[in-house]
Amino acid sequence: MTRPIPSAALAAALMALAGGAWAQEVELIYLVDNSPDTVAVAEALAAAYMEQHPEVSIEVEQRPGGAEGDNLIKTRLATGEMADVFLYNAGSLFQALNPTETLEPLDDLPNMAGVLDGFKEVVTGTDGRVYGVPARAAMGGGIFYNVPIYEELGLEVPTTWEQFAANNEAIKAAGYVPVAQTYGETWTSQLFVLADYFNVQAEVPDFADRYTANEAKYADTPAAMRGFEHLQEGFEKGWWNEDFGAATFDDGLRMVAEGEAAHYPMLTFGLGGIQQNYPESINDVGFFAQPGPEGAPNGLTVWYLDGIYVPKGGENTEVAKDFANFAASQDACQVILDTIGATGPLLIEGCELPADVPRLVQDMLPYFEEGRTAPALEFLSPIKGPALEQITVEVGSGIRSAAEAAALYDQDVQKQAQQLGLEGW
Amino acid sequence: MTVLSRSVATAPPARPRRRARWRPALTGGLALLAALVVFVIPFLFIALQAVKTRREASRLDFAWPTEWQAWENLVEVVQERDYMLLLAYLNSTIITVGSVTLLVIFASMVGYVLQRRRSRVNGVVMGAVLAGLMIPPAVVPTIWVLQALGLFKTIHGMILIEVAYNLSFSVLLYRAFIATIPRELDEAAIIDGAKPLQVFFKVVLPLLWPVTVTNIVVQSIGIFNDFTNPLYYLPGRENVTVQLTLFNFQSQFSSQMNLLFMNVLLVTIPPLVVFVFFNRQIVAGMTAGAVKG
Amino acid sequence: MTERRARRSPYPTWFFLPAAVVYGALFIVPTLASFWFSLTRWNLFEAEFIGLGNFRQFFREPFLVQGVVNTLIYGTLTSGLKTVLGLALAVLLTGRIWFRGTLRTLVFFPVLVSTIGVGFAFEAMMHPTRGVINVALEGIGIDGPHWLTNPSLALVSVALVDVWKGVGLATVIFMAGLVSIPQDYYEAARIDGATRWQQFRRVTVPLVRPATITVVTLSLISGLRYFELIWAMTGGGPGFSSDVIASVIYKQYQAGFYGLATAGNVILFGLIACIVLPLTWWFNRREVEL
Repeated sequence: MTRPIPSAALAAALMALAGGAWAQEVELIYLVDNSPDTVAVAEALAAAYMEQHPEVSIEVEQRPGGAEGDNLIKTRLATGEMADVFLYNAGSLFQALNPTETLEPLDDLPNMAGVLDGFKEVVTGTDGRVYGVPARAAMGGGIFYNVPIYEELGLEVPTTWEQFAANNEAIKAAGYVPVAQTYGETWTSQLFVLADYFNVQAEVPDFADRYTANEAKYADTPAAMRGFEHLQEGFEKGWWNEDFGAATFDDGLRMVAEGEAAHYPMLTFGLGGIQQNYPESINDVGFFAQPGPEGAPNGLTVWYLDGIYVPKGGENTEVAKDFANFAASQDACQVILDTIGATGPLLIEGCELPADVPRLVQDMLPYFEEGRTAPALEFLSPIKGPALEQITVEVGSGIRSAAEAAALYDQDVQKQAQQLGLEGW
Repeated sequence: MTVLSRSVATAPPARPRRRARWRPALTGGLALLAALVVFVIPFLFIALQAVKTRREASRLDFAWPTEWQAWENLVEVVQERDYMLLLAYLNSTIITVGSVTLLVIFASMVGYVLQRRRSRVNGVVMGAVLAGLMIPPAVVPTIWVLQALGLFKTIHGMILIEVAYNLSFSVLLYRAFIATIPRELDEAAIIDGAKPLQVFFKVVLPLLWPVTVTNIVVQSIGIFNDFTNPLYYLPGRENVTVQLTLFNFQSQFSSQMNLLFMNVLLVTIPPLVVFVFFNRQIVAGMTAGAVKG
Repeated sequence: MTERRARRSPYPTWFFLPAAVVYGALFIVPTLASFWFSLTRWNLFEAEFIGLGNFRQFFREPFLVQGVVNTLIYGTLTSGLKTVLGLALAVLLTGRIWFRGTLRTLVFFPVLVSTIGVGFAFEAMMHPTRGVINVALEGIGIDGPHWLTNPSLALVSVALVDVWKGVGLATVIFMAGLVSIPQDYYEAARIDGATRWQQFRRVTVPLVRPATITVVTLSLISGLRYFELIWAMTGGGPGFSSDVIASVIYKQYQAGFYGLATAGNVILFGLIACIVLPLTWWFNRREVEL
């Protein structure tokens, strides 16, 4: 392969600086998305691995996140240009990579035995083999709340939607924003729908299977439609901040951390942003699972966001697999804790959280300890319609009703299933 | 049409003045005021955010910075990720210079023959040129071709991609302009025994300088500011281009708008230099290019 | 034509060759390949032939009709405004006014800034509560609209920014056209007693035609085809309200529906050709009559 002259020269210069190259030297490229936490962890992991294996040098390459990143990953896999190791979503997005064709199975890695089963399930291909190791702690999708506001108004953490709605009215009357919404970054609009899955599953235990088999629909399953209805209710009752259409993820974190808003529906990885930008408010932010209907069990919808994968046909497959093995070790787990702190339950056996975790993580742990969790739908089914975030923006902005939105989303899901070539669609 | 083309090179004679002298000053002053509001405020906005501290910039308002941090922000953006921005400047400059050079040569040759010679091929060529303007490129098949040619992930491959994607626009500009150069000129050179290549490079191309300037300015800005194509055809950290730094830094700087806007400011400087350098000649070049749509 | 004549011609066909090789290999070949993929269900890893299924699916897209309408609005609005404002500015900037050089530079300056940069800046300035524009409007007692988050306004807001960014290029093209109009025409018109407006209508507008054609064609094609600014500022939203065909296609592409996205590209190409080719033909015919 020909290389551009400037980069070749640069590489030569870097090697000279590094004190000469060994004959056995292997250069690995580890491709990760460009969110600050991910990059920090990736670089720390690479450094820890290189310390143990001086003959290997690992370069962390960044890519855009979101849909642009999905595309890049697929393009590079399909054209055989993937980096030696890469980080990518588990669940339905992982399935869309055609893992059995494009990835190296990792189930024979020595450290795989220590990876929790819940994670293995979401990175298992259609052939039953495991293709990834966890890249970070598990996280929950639910509601961030501002503890000082709750204390000032004497509110209780809600376990049913009615309590939540009543709290919101009290908060609104007190002059605070009840719920922060941030459609400037559209993905944040999906939380009320996606984080409601524990409640959906509690009411319709086989929803995921029937949904995948084209038997259950959002529009005709009342439990599934409730997430959309929550959005509609929030808009109609004026719970949102005034600039909800333009506000960003960071705005949302600021509002709930600094007490401008009482609630922000979000994934617990938002903790990283609060730690980075509003560290003085870190223990003012609490967390609870999205409340469900009266009388139903109360529990948390869980995300196993990212895995680390090795593509088939790379030049350094063995070294890459060894790096993946390292990433599944307790040492690596400790590196993650040292780099970004505790953000949620860890997915490696024997890797314990430190005693002093932030308030938000403390609030999340009981759900895991008591087994009151369910994976989000995208980890139970390969189908997630790509237009959900636009549709939820519409409902939350009062452009479309919940019922219409659910029907529209069913169409979107159908297209996805057909494009995936699933049976029965 | 011929009447139009004849006067291309001549400057317009001054019109007889009958109106009051204050009129140009008044219109000029009003226009300047309007232009300041419409065109300068957005830049002032970018520049202001770029020199603020992180906390002040996060509000993204027009308040005057209480604390100036221009130099610190500049240094931080430049140093980010091992001086990635400098590498990006280098790569983008190589890509821009290389592809614009090839574009000028290739497109002027096509435009020249296309305009001078009437043949059946012309229809096909014009069809291809218009298709190039109208059809969005197909990414994955293009990568396959690049891989087959060993050009994927290389700077020279990227240069050829930019040439292919921007050829249509340049050909159109050249074709329109060549019409204004009298055919007698090349015929005279041919009678003197010059070969086609000599005629073109020694006689015709120098006369095309104005439209070449236009091509250089418009294409180099477009290619320098290109984001999508390098993202797909030029992956790899060592191949980063300036617009990709903006994208790379976007999430990294998501809570540091001051750095993001400093980056915007910094990547706007090279096109600005090109513009200042060629400013006086742009209108002359466009004059020519527009004469025959 | 015989080979001998071809070789002797002072305008040899092989002048096309260097351009044709690059263009053919890197544009034509992949494009033809993609036309084939538009007939398949293609996830990049495997392609299954499904005939016209993708085209049927694309026409079923719930937002396609709105996307087509938005595309036409966006294309006409940006192209029309760039043409009208560009001509007006060009007349102003070729006339005798003060600060002419400065003004020319100012008007052209936005052309230099990258689309992403412009997107960032205007998104911040159009923020409904904190944005500079609405804060200024509030200062004079007007409750500013939600530029980018009001579904019926978002597309127009982006179009205005597009005009802001692109009017400099149109102005320069028009200026070039204006400069090349012989002054004799104006003198003749003045002798006939024409007012300034009549001079503009009867001399400037007809004689600046070639420039008008260039501006209209280029800005219309780019208005119909490009969506970078829309993507940077609204992502087609809120919801789907500022989606154009190109952004609908891009979303299919992002979702990994590559065959569907390619079919969308073929449809968009067809639409642009249906608008631009008759227009070009009409322009050329009028030109001959002139």
